[in-house]
Amino acid sequence: MTHASFPFTALNPPRAVLLGGSAGASQPLREILSGLGPAFPAPVVVVQHIHEKAGGMLAANLDESLALPALEVLDKMPARPGHVYVAPPDYHLLVERRGTFALSVEEPVRWSRPSIDVFFQRAAQVWGRELVAILLSGANEDGAQGLAAVEQVGGTVIVQAPHSAQFPQMPMAALELGVGAAALTPEHIGTLLAGLQEGREHV
Amino acid sequence: MHEPGREGDVWNIEVGLLLEAIYQRYGYDFRDYARASVERRMGQLLQDSRCANLSEVTARLLREPEFFHNLVPYFSVSVTSLFRDPFFYQAIREKVVPLLRTWPYFKVWHAGCATGEEVYSVGILLKEEGLLDRATVYATDISQPALDTGKSGIYPLEIIRKGSVNYNESGGRGSLSDHYHARYGAAAMDAELSSRFTFARHNLAMDTSFGEMQMIVCRNVLIYFNEELQNAVLELFLESLDHGGFLCLGDKETIAFSSVAEHFTVVDEKARIYKKRVPR
Ligand SMILES: C[S@@+](CC[C@H](N)C(=O)[O-])C[C@H]1O[C@@H](n2cnc3c(N)ncnc32)[C@H](O)[C@@H]1O
Repeated sequence: MTHASFPFTALNPPRAVLLGGSAGASQPLREILSGLGPAFPAPVVVVQHIHEKAGGMLAANLDESLALPALEVLDKMPARPGHVYVAPPDYHLLVERRGTFALSVEEPVRWSRPSIDVFFQRAAQVWGRELVAILLSGANEDGAQGLAAVEQVGGTVIVQAPHSAQFPQMPMAALELGVGAAALTPEHIGTLLAGLQEGREHV
Repeated sequence: MHEPGREGDVWNIEVGLLLEAIYQRYGYDFRDYARASVERRMGQLLQDSRCANLSEVTARLLREPEFFHNLVPYFSVSVTSLFRDPFFYQAIREKVVPLLRTWPYFKVWHAGCATGEEVYSVGILLKEEGLLDRATVYATDISQPALDTGKSGIYPLEIIRKGSVNYNESGGRGSLSDHYHARYGAAAMDAELSSRFTFARHNLAMDTSFGEMQMIVCRNVLIYFNEELQNAVLELFLESLDHGGFLCLGDKETIAFSSVAEHFTVVDEKARIYKKRVPR
């Protein structure tokens, strides 16, 4: 996929932007989201493996450093455009058809809770092709199946270019699984997303 | 309204029909469970069942009670642990125990206790605070196998090992090993604890209150219910609590947006501990 084939525009935005990551994902995450503001036309959902004790901190840090509000998900919280939602540690994140988040303490999947696979698969089911799903740096293989599920329903799939990732295993696993994801640098991904809010600043 | 006939809706329709069939045929009401999680588990059920689709599962369960009873565990996520969220137990010790002391005798209800780890955790805390003798503890769940484990009080050592770390973090007064006996590669919880506990089946979606409680602990159960059922269950808790009694919810559950919010004051928002207001 090249820049030109990004199927979404400010007039035709995605239903949601999903970001999955693990070790080494905080930095690219911040870089990608730094150009977005409250006028961003979709909810941004972050599923990152973080230590249980760091609960709340990722959301608080993002909230402080970004121009759009970031919050950790509570049960039944609605997913609204222009907000960043962070999966809480030690829960699986899911979403209901009407767009509210759901949580579950079911067993970890591939040693992960939250599991990127679990959330991406559910998002694919609920939001379908109008999704952008992005997989960032990580030292495990969570997310590959989830990205494949998003691809299968026709959503847009992107991985952080392995050479730009501190831990390339996670994006590599998706590519090795055969997911036709564009491999882009965080900077490039940030530019693509920022393009979705052009002309919307005053809406 | 949704447009009828969209292909993606078939699964959604099948899930609704399956839940309706279970309710009408067996009286178990899962219709107001949070769908996202139910759908995930229906997906697992379908894989394990070797049926071609969910409608086939429905057809079978309508005619074969035994088939249905094997499916019941799919509706119950009974994952739990000893001293889950140490800060919760710390808050209980610091903010609830001093008030429990003012009652000569009190009742605690763990609703959705799963395999009982949470019940033993609170029991250990009460014992260390010298309050166990004053407590009657009810532990309820819809899952009989989970209740049986709780009643036995026997847990694998792996569970104990993780529990010890959390116990220490929660401000435990001694060592977790003061409260169990290791034998045959497993741990049997102190019988003095279980002597205060009654494990019983109770369905929050259908059954009524069973008495006035001074403390209700219902953690990570409401996340599996939709808003309507959550509100109904919270009303049940409100009705079942003594004035000044405590309601304890899970880490990501809050009464803030519910219909009962005005009847409670916040004791500790992070630990999700609330106190029923005394009428003026
Ligand atoms: C995730 S466990 C929570 C265990 C424990 N409270 C904790 O926080 O660790 C959820 C429990 O709720 C129970 N449950 C689900 N629906 C229920 C209902 N309608 N009535 C009573 N218990 C229910 C399940 O069987 C399961 O054991």
